[in-house]
Amino acid sequence: MGNPNVGKSVVFSRLTGANVIASNYPGTTVDFSKGRLKLEKETVEIVDAPGTYSLEPSNKAEEVATKMLDTADIVINVIDATNLERNLYLTLELLEKHVLMVIVLNLWDETKHVGITIDYKKLQELIKIPIIPTVALTGEGIKQLVNSLKNATVNEKIKPTSHEGRWIEIGTLIKKVEKVEHKHHTFRDRLADITMNPITGIPFSILVILAAFWMVRQIGETLINYLFNPLFEQYYRPLITIISEILGDNIWHTILIGEYGKEIIFEESLGMLTTGLYVPIAMVLPYIIAFYFILSVLEDTGYMPRLATLVDNVFHKLGMHGHGIISVFLGLGCNVPGALSTRSLETRKQRFISATLLSIAVPCMAQTAMVFGVLGQFGVIYIALVFFVLATLYILLGIIMNHFVNGSSPEIFLEVPPYRRPSLQALLKKTWMRIRWFLKEAIPFLFFGVLLINILYHIGVMQVISQVLTPFMNTLFGLPGEATTSLLVGFLRKDLAVGTLIPLQLSAFQLVIAVTMLTIYFPCVATFAVLLRELGLKDLFKSTILMVATAGSVGFILRLILLGFP
Amino acid sequence: MTTNSIQLDKIPSKTKAKVQKINGGHGLIQKLQVMGIRTGQNIILSSKQPFRGPITIKINDRELTLGRGMAKKILVEVIE
Repeated sequence: MGNPNVGKSVVFSRLTGANVIASNYPGTTVDFSKGRLKLEKETVEIVDAPGTYSLEPSNKAEEVATKMLDTADIVINVIDATNLERNLYLTLELLEKHVLMVIVLNLWDETKHVGITIDYKKLQELIKIPIIPTVALTGEGIKQLVNSLKNATVNEKIKPTSHEGRWIEIGTLIKKVEKVEHKHHTFRDRLADITMNPITGIPFSILVILAAFWMVRQIGETLINYLFNPLFEQYYRPLITIISEILGDNIWHTILIGEYGKEIIFEESLGMLTTGLYVPIAMVLPYIIAFYFILSVLEDTGYMPRLATLVDNVFHKLGMHGHGIISVFLGLGCNVPGALSTRSLETRKQRFISATLLSIAVPCMAQTAMVFGVLGQFGVIYIALVFFVLATLYILLGIIMNHFVNGSSPEIFLEVPPYRRPSLQALLKKTWMRIRWFLKEAIPFLFFGVLLINILYHIGVMQVISQVLTPFMNTLFGLPGEATTSLLVGFLRKDLAVGTLIPLQLSAFQLVIAVTMLTIYFPCVATFAVLLRELGLKDLFKSTILMVATAGSVGFILRLILLGFP
Repeated sequence: MTTNSIQLDKIPSKTKAKVQKINGGHGLIQKLQVMGIRTGQNIILSSKQPFRGPITIKINDRELTLGRGMAKKILVEVIE
């Protein structure tokens, strides 16, 4: 346990070998993860708790942390050595609970850079709890920490006291063990000033975001053109052709590869082995890799809290505060981690607005890939149109919900960590963890989706649905009845809709309507499951009504504007 | 309380000040204290965002962003 952004997750990974996401901003860990550590004879379970400033929680993630305390046999209290005074508050609260405890003074190497000297042995004597200085990022001190676990102790002399009492105690401790030298302005300080001062900071943030998206596109396209497409065309196509010949004309061919006798087009043949693999791997994955790598750079340098400060004003008008931008960024990769991160917002109102807007107006990489895949051939202007509609919706709906959703939306109160140089190894590891997660989620759903469409087509259900809905779809949205298929499978995986939309030969404007509605109307099944857990059934129901209503109205309005009156 | 008390959001950027009083309930005081904003503490106002946006302060070399409403409740005395 420990304050946010002190490196608990890094210590945890070092102890257990388990992979957990760590970033340079408070509130990366919103749920606990468990791992195992082998001591001499026994195996112990180690739990990584979300950060909390005190045992009186102020948001859902902190609640998780405080609840976990009751289940622990030994507490490993991780402290940021460069910020001893503030961190000791939680330490004192923990000491008052009389649980077996070990203290980890993490970021030990940083103290030298900022001119702080801590006499940790003296501190250890004073509070009578083992203290181990560590640099978790490099693994320094972890061995000593493991060895010290058996020495975990309780200091019975410490009695519960008031807030004031704790601060007085901390003051006395600090005076005895810590020396701070004044350091001159460093490059990091200047950078911190430039990026936070509104006059320079806002242009800087726009540049950073533009550069980030440009890089994502460059890296993504390069991966597609030079790696994934050649792989699929040169090695995979011959293999599929052979399988096609072996299978012959039957239902298995339709399900696995697509309609027999037709040329195999990976994007639209709608077979499990063709579209089911090509879309996630060769169309979406390259952008996921690129996006998460760039996002990790932004996260690990410590830029995100600064961005949150700069956009706080706008987000406050939408009923949230600046921290909401973190959910948006995570959601642009995949809505699931985005929805989870809403936990670090304080009130139900903020979480509801943030999660609903995320599902409606923040396209995940799969959705973005769908938009690009379907509209790319017509020109950038159509893609821009979709994103313009989504951005407008985010702001408009936010303002509306801020007025009508009950509850309070407290102001931003966020620690801004110092800039840190990200380690390439950590970046690659984090990117890989997120990619693995995508592969595990996306491929099964796509496989299942393709299978389902084929079965529904085969038994004729799709044709019936299409026919019944044709007049409805046509008048309201200017779309053919077959587009219903895309809307149905889009619930499973948005990227799958690419394969069902392309063969319909729609006009550019019709496609704009279709993909915009697809993005808005529902999040995918996986996000839905997370939302159910985070919001509860009642709020999810309200949120869903909003999603469907918005999708319908936006589709209809776009139809009127783009295609004219019926 | 001295006559020099001024609301935290009223002092210009790059000003050093000492916290004199927090005008708020128990919850707010506790929330601010945990992050280091306490009576007697020296802080530097690093930046203010326009249009009543949040302000960023520096305490013990650590930066912290807080909303204007909260800043108004913190009374400080300018040191330099």
